[in-house]
Amino acid sequence: MNRAILIAVFAFLYIPIAVLIALSFNAGGLPTVWSGFSFKWYASLAGNNDILSAALNTLIVASVSTAIATLLGTLLALGVEMRKKRGSALEALIFAPMIIPDIVLAIALLSFFSMLDVTMGLHTIVLAHVVFNIAFVCSVVRARLKSFDWSITEASADLGASAVTTFRRITLPVILPAVIAGALLAFTLSVDEFIIAYFTAGAGRASTTLPMQIYSMIRFGITPEINALATIVMAVSVVALTISQRLNRGVVGQ
Amino acid sequence: MKTLLAIDRVTKNFGRIAAVDDVSLAIRENEFFALLGPSGCGKTTLLRMLAGFETPSGGNILLDGKDISAVPPNRRPVNLMFQSYALFPHMSVRANIAYGLEMERLPTEKIRTRVDEIMATTQLSALADRKPEQLSGGQKQRVALARALVKRPRLLLLDEPLGALDKKLRGAMQMELKRLQHEVGITFVVVTHDQEEALVMADRMAVLKDGKLLQCDTPHEIYERPADRFVADFIGVMNFCEGRAAPDGVTARDGTMLRGRVPEGMAVDDRAVAAVRPERVTLFPAANIANRVAGTVEALAYHGLDLQLHIRTALTEKPFLVRITADAADRRPVRVGETVEIGWAAEDTRIFRN
Amino acid sequence: MTPRSPLLMAPALAWLTGLMVVPCALVLALAFFRRGIYGGVEYTFTLENFAQVFDPLYAGIFLNSARIAGTATLIAVVIGYAAAYAIAAAPRHRQPIYLFFAVLPFWSNYLIRTYAWIVLLNREGLITQLLRSIGYTGEPPSLLYTEGAVIAGLVYNYLPFVILACYAPLSRLNPELAEASRDLGGSAFTTFRRIVLPLTLPGIAAGAVFVFVLSIGNFVTPALLGGGRFQMIGNLVYDQFLTANDWPFGAALSMVLIAIMMLLLTLQAFASERASGRATAREEAA
Repeated sequence: MNRAILIAVFAFLYIPIAVLIALSFNAGGLPTVWSGFSFKWYASLAGNNDILSAALNTLIVASVSTAIATLLGTLLALGVEMRKKRGSALEALIFAPMIIPDIVLAIALLSFFSMLDVTMGLHTIVLAHVVFNIAFVCSVVRARLKSFDWSITEASADLGASAVTTFRRITLPVILPAVIAGALLAFTLSVDEFIIAYFTAGAGRASTTLPMQIYSMIRFGITPEINALATIVMAVSVVALTISQRLNRGVVGQ
Repeated sequence: MKTLLAIDRVTKNFGRIAAVDDVSLAIRENEFFALLGPSGCGKTTLLRMLAGFETPSGGNILLDGKDISAVPPNRRPVNLMFQSYALFPHMSVRANIAYGLEMERLPTEKIRTRVDEIMATTQLSALADRKPEQLSGGQKQRVALARALVKRPRLLLLDEPLGALDKKLRGAMQMELKRLQHEVGITFVVVTHDQEEALVMADRMAVLKDGKLLQCDTPHEIYERPADRFVADFIGVMNFCEGRAAPDGVTARDGTMLRGRVPEGMAVDDRAVAAVRPERVTLFPAANIANRVAGTVEALAYHGLDLQLHIRTALTEKPFLVRITADAADRRPVRVGETVEIGWAAEDTRIFRN
Repeated sequence: MTPRSPLLMAPALAWLTGLMVVPCALVLALAFFRRGIYGGVEYTFTLENFAQVFDPLYAGIFLNSARIAGTATLIAVVIGYAAAYAIAAAPRHRQPIYLFFAVLPFWSNYLIRTYAWIVLLNREGLITQLLRSIGYTGEPPSLLYTEGAVIAGLVYNYLPFVILACYAPLSRLNPELAEASRDLGGSAFTTFRRIVLPLTLPGIAAGAVFVFVLSIGNFVTPALLGGGRFQMIGNLVYDQFLTANDWPFGAALSMVLIAIMMLLLTLQAFASERASGRATAREEAA
């Protein structure tokens, strides 16, 4: 019984994705009818300038927002876990970006940027993505810090180390796997994020990200190129998340 | 007395490991029976087979002469008091106790009467509307007991019933359990790793190790006449002197002859161990005492009623343990460093294979 | 240690305040302003935008999207609970692997997961081809651009989330509680209904609230799988900001969305507090 449920649920979850991946290697022009194996749609992606520039934009947005969010999120996690008292307002503020519906944050930022007459582009997408990425990095690092024995930092200070040395030699090495896991998670979320980017990208093609490009291609119709692009994007996400998961498990296992 | 439950050559394998290995036991009507052994000895697995949560890999379990090995837990007239108590956290004390009777589809009025009755017996009436998380450890234990007892099972199984309680409460609850068992007239089978608990509570007990039954008898018999070295060591405190069997005792490593009855089937010069309980050893033994040895008092520990002495002798590597009454110690005080003679009678020596 | 804590938190908190709290407050304020004649915002106080939400036309969309989101939530919870139950019943060492693969699709691109359903459901898609292969020769069934397609897409996208939300309370449940119920004479079904379900319900409810809110505020799935024919609140918000240019009304709609979420979460928290009896414990302590 339980086995049957698991098989059915995993079939439901993976068959649509498997069909998509299979069709990305389809030789024929029809996007959904199999007619032989080929890499040609991957080759044609490489020649599609719209997709390449969107991919570049996405890499820029994801890298910059991940870098900022990893720094700020890690510091936030350290600050929160060092506090002796627990503030529910603070917890709510940190938790909010994870539960607030994307569309609400998207229109809020759109209104905010246009009211301030900020010209929107990749930089505004970065500003927006950092908001939710801070929350995710912070929660991953905090999970690690929950089991962190703060007395070892006191021992380090007692042995003559400065605060900076203690952080560099003691705290950072212990939390580093969680920081990297958080960064990978943030990077994946940013690469995949569509709604907020769509609202904060401003006008023009110059700041189109990959999900925005995919959205307009899907609205235009089914093409084998989307299958190939989708396969690559999924592969990148899966690899990043598997590494992130591994690092996190290592943390738990310690 | 009539046999209520017969465990007939029961075996339970998990993969290639036999958690219970060919165990046969007969538990009598109205008996307080204890299954005793170190953790991993198979006592909990045996209990779970009696409750119906595991099926034996071999052998039969007969209740009132009927084989119940294949009867599911909800159809057995057997109830289990779980080690964690397993009280339903979303139900009040009353609802927890009534649950089992609701399963029997008894009329509401009847359920109420029986729940009230058992709550009075277990002194829970004042706590009827509390939730489990509002109860102390001892109260939780009583609710778990009441919940199982209210069903009036033929057999009540208790898995480490006092394990979660602190030491002082435990002593009181041991007596309480005995009183309740007497009052309700239900057969109790208790699983415990605490030999003292088993000795105090049980009418009869079984000692298990590595899935095998080592001995089944009254606490007194098991304490006084343990079947082997493991049982002797596990129950109570024992001094062991290793050596070789002789016709009328054991020759210790230093050549001292320790007199006692040699068990049947043991040949002269077999590896053997002579054992004696600390309370059977006397200081400054009378002239007619068979076994005697000199030693130095190494440590003294005061236990209120009695005094425990560690005495260094040539017999054993570990110091010899001797228990004397506080009264005796007052009459003839000993000091650390003093050389004394100790001794015990030949009938107090137990000899086992080693 | 403590004095440095505010300093460490300051940059992130400033970021969250400046780019989340302030913009959201702005949207809240916007909801009480009037729409300008040429699409801008006129800064005079009004409650018209909220009144407009209850206009039959928009109220209809609200009810419609609540129905679609509700159906998707119900289906996702039933399947997700069954899956989580099966995972929690599996041998301990296999559970993390099952869970990982159950959640993995959730971390891949939402658009791509939705697109996969277009590939399955379109007129020449896998389902049509399967029908053909068993001898069906008629018109291909119209599966795409239906309410069913929207619901399927929502269930597919949020199922991993529900599995995760249901697994947590199921795996924490002391297995001895179910055994105790069996021991006291409860059948497998009674044990599930009276013990397992009530004790795991609060966790499931939290998951359900999120699926419902994410579904009702969704605009991508109705746009792609519903072909724009099934408007949900998310689409309405989208339209007000990007096509109709009625920002105050769009702001009011999204505030209503947030209000629904807060209400449901509060109800859920209240219900689970009642269920676990913590409320009575606190009363007694007071």
